[in-house]
Amino acid sequence: MSGRSLNLLGLLLVGVVGLAFMFLTPRLAELDTVLDLTVYIIMAVLALSLGLIWGYGGILCFGQSAFFGLGAYTYAITMFNIGESTLPFLLAIVLPGAFAALLGYFMFYGRISDVYLGVITLTVTLILFNSMNSTAGPEFHVGAARLGGFNGIPGIPPLNLPFHKSAVIDLEGMFYLATGALLLTYFGLRLLLASQFGRIIVGIRENERRAELLGYDPRAYKLATFTIGGALAGFAGCLFANWGNFVSPTIFGLAQSAQIIIWVIVGGRGTLIGPVVGCIGIQWLSAALGANQPSGGADWWSKIFANAPLILGVILIAFVLLVPKGLVPTAADIASFFLRRRQRQREQCGFEPQQAE
Amino acid sequence: MDLVALLAIQVLYAIASLALISVGLAIIFGMMRVINLAHGEFLMLGGYAAIVATSHGISIWLSMLVVAPIVVGIIGVIVERTIIRFLYGRMIDTMLATWGLSLFLVGLTTAIFGNTTVGISAPLGSFQIGDYRTSAYTLFVIAVAAAVLGTIFAVMRWTRLGLIARGTMQNANMAAALGVNPPRVYAVTFGAGAALSGLAGAVLAPVSGVFPTIGVAYVAKSFITVIGGGAAVLSGTISASALFGTINQIATFVTTPVFGEVALLAAAIVLIRLLPQGITGRFFRRGL
Repeated sequence: MSGRSLNLLGLLLVGVVGLAFMFLTPRLAELDTVLDLTVYIIMAVLALSLGLIWGYGGILCFGQSAFFGLGAYTYAITMFNIGESTLPFLLAIVLPGAFAALLGYFMFYGRISDVYLGVITLTVTLILFNSMNSTAGPEFHVGAARLGGFNGIPGIPPLNLPFHKSAVIDLEGMFYLATGALLLTYFGLRLLLASQFGRIIVGIRENERRAELLGYDPRAYKLATFTIGGALAGFAGCLFANWGNFVSPTIFGLAQSAQIIIWVIVGGRGTLIGPVVGCIGIQWLSAALGANQPSGGADWWSKIFANAPLILGVILIAFVLLVPKGLVPTAADIASFFLRRRQRQREQCGFEPQQAE
Repeated sequence: MDLVALLAIQVLYAIASLALISVGLAIIFGMMRVINLAHGEFLMLGGYAAIVATSHGISIWLSMLVVAPIVVGIIGVIVERTIIRFLYGRMIDTMLATWGLSLFLVGLTTAIFGNTTVGISAPLGSFQIGDYRTSAYTLFVIAVAAAVLGTIFAVMRWTRLGLIARGTMQNANMAAALGVNPPRVYAVTFGAGAALSGLAGAVLAPVSGVFPTIGVAYVAKSFITVIGGGAAVLSGTISASALFGTINQIATFVTTPVFGEVALLAAAIVLIRLLPQGITGRFFRRGL
């Protein structure tokens, strides 16, 4: 099979599996499982946003959680003020996107290096965390919404169907919405990356100077990629605020930012399915380690295995040192190695090699 | 008048503490081009080392100025040998690995010490400026910062060790050809940077208390200072600390401490837009 048809087959597979998952899960699983899965899937949208800007755009953003949190807070604040979710939903995408554009302007047009970029995005996240944390008093409010400081904002009204205030989306509807959003994001990004724009941003990632000499402005393309990633993260944040009806400053925290990076690096940069696999796998792992304590709750177990930073830290170090490409690309490498070996053996045995279509 | 004197001390203190928390990072970054995202955790470990030593009956001065730097310096050398040395020349990967290390250390200290704040009371009491009282410990922190910066200058400028370090950082191959062992220089440099971070963390522990996630409070500020300062270790740290410390303290004085930090960040982003190479990319180029 040629690369192109293999590609189409992969797309088809993802679509079929995704749709089957979307429509079968609520029928087969308990409601609390569906609820857990919903948050995994929302986070997978977030993972895809970093998968785009880091894996394809080559922009290492350590502060993807800034846009995620901004989306969640925007939704919460506007929802309390408006009460009908169409505008808050849109604002939760537009505002983080605009913030990403502003931040990106300073970073890309300042032509700072990758490393500085990582540090600045991280710093922005931490500053948002610190400032949100200190808004506990009643004097901090936006219209009718109290910011609540480190206590967060509880009781956020859920999404409703556009312009139908009473048609509130229930828990099961939330699952459909999240899964649909993930599939839409995945295929949307595939489409984007197959377009001329996608080719150019990958070209810039591979060799910025060369792309520039060919007449493309890397600054503008990086800014656009970054903005799309920011808006997408905001979208995930809006869904997240909906899922828990709650948002607190920990959403900006260092642990959250690190998790997103870990999902992408574990799953693999330069793929779209990788970040989704990494995200769901890591979340499932942390939940399993936290839940499966031995009877009696041996203290050392909870101290070591239910200790999210400890485990995530070890995973991150191990992957950087040992599997720097991530799971999906490494698996693909291994698969193609065996395929090629088999093909070589066949040729040696005198079989006619199959005609590539 | 008294208020001006008080404000001057506050500004000086802000500058000194910025310089203190950044200088370890600046050495590691400026000399080895390694971004150590576990820097905040090195500071945190320094604080714990000082507090544990004090609670075992060692004098507070000894634990802050001797025990903490030695403990964290040893940890730094171990980290360099086990993680960093495989990643030289891969800046992004180093950042990611040290971030993993940072999470690991937070998790480990939470497991050992629990998720609570421990503190030691600041020695030295307070003194009077006209109508205002302020802690004498403030002056001690300023003095330590001055002493640390002075020592670094002297070591780098006038000793054989400093000469070897500077030579290796400029051209490792040439230094190796002249009989220097670059891996050992890197290990020592990383250890020295870690030791300075430990010292800073210990000296600031009585002011802020210590808890496992305190590194977060430091790391953003110190990175901004190092990046704002640019490539030159010493003049960069001093000039950026002076600029950001002043902005931070004045904004804090006018509004709230949180807004002071926001002002610091905003100033840093604008500065990097104007001077992408940092302050020393344009001024004090010949500085150390």
